[in-house]
Amino acid sequence: MPLLYLAMAEEGHLTEDGMEEVARWCEMTPAQVLSVASFYTMFKREKTGDYLISCCTSISCMLLGGDDVLHAVEDESGVPHGETDDKGMLSVEHVECIGACGGAPAVQVNYELIEGVTPEKARELVKWLKKARPAVINSDEMQELFGSTKSFDWAIKEDTGAVGPYPAFQPLGTVGSEGGA
Amino acid sequence: MTTPLIVTKRMTDHPGDSHTIDRYESTGGYAQAKRSVSMDRDTLVEEVKTSGLLGRGGAAFPAGVKWSFLAPERPAYLVVNADESEPGTFKDRQLLERDPHQMLEGIIITSIANEVHEAFIYIRGEYPKPARRVQAAVDEAYEKGYLGEGIFESDYDLDVVVHLGAGAYICGEETALINSLEGERGEPRLKPPYFPAAKGLYMKPTIVNNVETLSNVPHILAMGAEGFASVTDSEDSGTFLMSLSGHVNQPGNYEVPHGITWRDLIYEIGGGIIGGKELKAWVPGGASAPWFVPEQHLDLEISKSAAAEAGSMLGSGAVIVMDEDTCMIRAAERIVRFFSHESCGQCTPCREGTTWLEMILRRIDEGAGRPVDLDLMIDVSDGISSGLSWPPKMTTICPLGPSAVSPILALRDYFRDEVQRHVELGGCPYAVKSGGATPQTPRSQGSSTSSGDGRSAEPVTVTVDRNHGMTGDSS
Repeated sequence: MPLLYLAMAEEGHLTEDGMEEVARWCEMTPAQVLSVASFYTMFKREKTGDYLISCCTSISCMLLGGDDVLHAVEDESGVPHGETDDKGMLSVEHVECIGACGGAPAVQVNYELIEGVTPEKARELVKWLKKARPAVINSDEMQELFGSTKSFDWAIKEDTGAVGPYPAFQPLGTVGSEGGA
Repeated sequence: MTTPLIVTKRMTDHPGDSHTIDRYESTGGYAQAKRSVSMDRDTLVEEVKTSGLLGRGGAAFPAGVKWSFLAPERPAYLVVNADESEPGTFKDRQLLERDPHQMLEGIIITSIANEVHEAFIYIRGEYPKPARRVQAAVDEAYEKGYLGEGIFESDYDLDVVVHLGAGAYICGEETALINSLEGERGEPRLKPPYFPAAKGLYMKPTIVNNVETLSNVPHILAMGAEGFASVTDSEDSGTFLMSLSGHVNQPGNYEVPHGITWRDLIYEIGGGIIGGKELKAWVPGGASAPWFVPEQHLDLEISKSAAAEAGSMLGSGAVIVMDEDTCMIRAAERIVRFFSHESCGQCTPCREGTTWLEMILRRIDEGAGRPVDLDLMIDVSDGISSGLSWPPKMTTICPLGPSAVSPILALRDYFRDEVQRHVELGGCPYAVKSGGATPQTPRSQGSSTSSGDGRSAEPVTVTVDRNHGMTGDSS
């Protein structure tokens, strides 16, 4: 699975070439790799935008307006959920619970979290992504600009974040820091 | 009501740096791990057994007993289940982000107690930030010599690996998690023969424990088993971390003593219902748990046995509160949709049953419900969990399928009238309250956008013109 993330980071999403390469490394058949990749929702096998906006519409977020947030994002970006815009900049999806129920409704951009999002703030978020085109997606920065109620006190600010539509994690080499991706 | 804090004490007292090794050590951290290096294995297991610590992943199985089942063959592995994805649950996220060393110390002690030299932390893919915090903590521990070769200047070796999942709730099921860790599809294995304690990771004896469970372990040694067991008068030991969400004024994670009532939790700790509305129902222990209603359950004690007696469970400790204006059909649909989406597809009752339940619920929600639909759903549910008893009877490899039945039981037992009203009205009686607590998705304009392979059971909520953006906006 770490190799599949690496293959995604290399090309922006999982391509057939990427999966074949992973198959060679693991001494598996490409079909075996595909069977694993297709099981997990975070392995994207279709072209994904630079910014993947994931809106939670599970029960706790739904109760507090998660659907409206999703619709606001879709409307502002012109991208329906499950799709990517023509420029390859924005992808929108609705997701099941992302563990931020105390700060519902929650949205993630490239898996970096914002809690307590309103439809209005969601529109601002889309505009900001289009205009500022940040190289590194930082959770604290977005929370300050577009969020409100949090599940708990985040306490410490980070100066790192995501550089693409895959999780930012040191051992995968997919973390960017501010001032340079 | 004085609440003794155990696992959230450090992050409450030192919000600025509770995640650093310096703060952890200056507040007594790693003292128990140091001590346990020279302790007898059996004594350690016995201590945790006596403490009565219940597993906090959802099944509430006594942790010490689980350890004592571990087969004698070595190597053995410890796997930490940090694949928290049950709707309503966000307690482990806080423990991982804010006090990762506490869990690491629990891992060290647990490993020593069970003669494990390699531990894996499986963190869900949507938690990159918690994963970064844990990785940083692991790196710090290696630097200090608390992990690696010869920990705490003993001859004991212990390695810890942080692994990131990729978005599958089912990987919280222990055998699915093991498959996933091995690089396979996260499909649960049959038990027997694949009990993790005997044939787990790489077919070796494996302990799978939840983050909160392990975070409690250092405190058991520090307080002594008796001290931990007698934190409250309740028969359940220690404290319980509850994630409160939905229509409450003060959502969040609360470490509560066993023995308080639901009324205490929702109205005092949670600050009551938003806008002073009436409470309609709540989910007491994660989306898998059958719902509670105020008329019957508000003054029940929050404990494993009281919840079980009332036909539900504390599960993952996630409490989802719904106010009087919440559409129960919509709420049920969201929970069932979750299980339908997360079903791994191995077992027919779960794969097909959850899909049909979701479709019937959506039909009722959209106004096309039929009078027989409730009975039909009960029938389908009976096919997933025969007899609809509690705890559920299993027709499937893992409990995911039977979990999806819980909201249907609530509709049957408490909200039969509301289902009927949906059917008679040909729509949702709450839909007119625009801007209210339950946003209504325009669904009547048909469906499209499910691109791709055609097997998508994704609920389609808007009609979209690919070139001109969304046309099905709320109107």
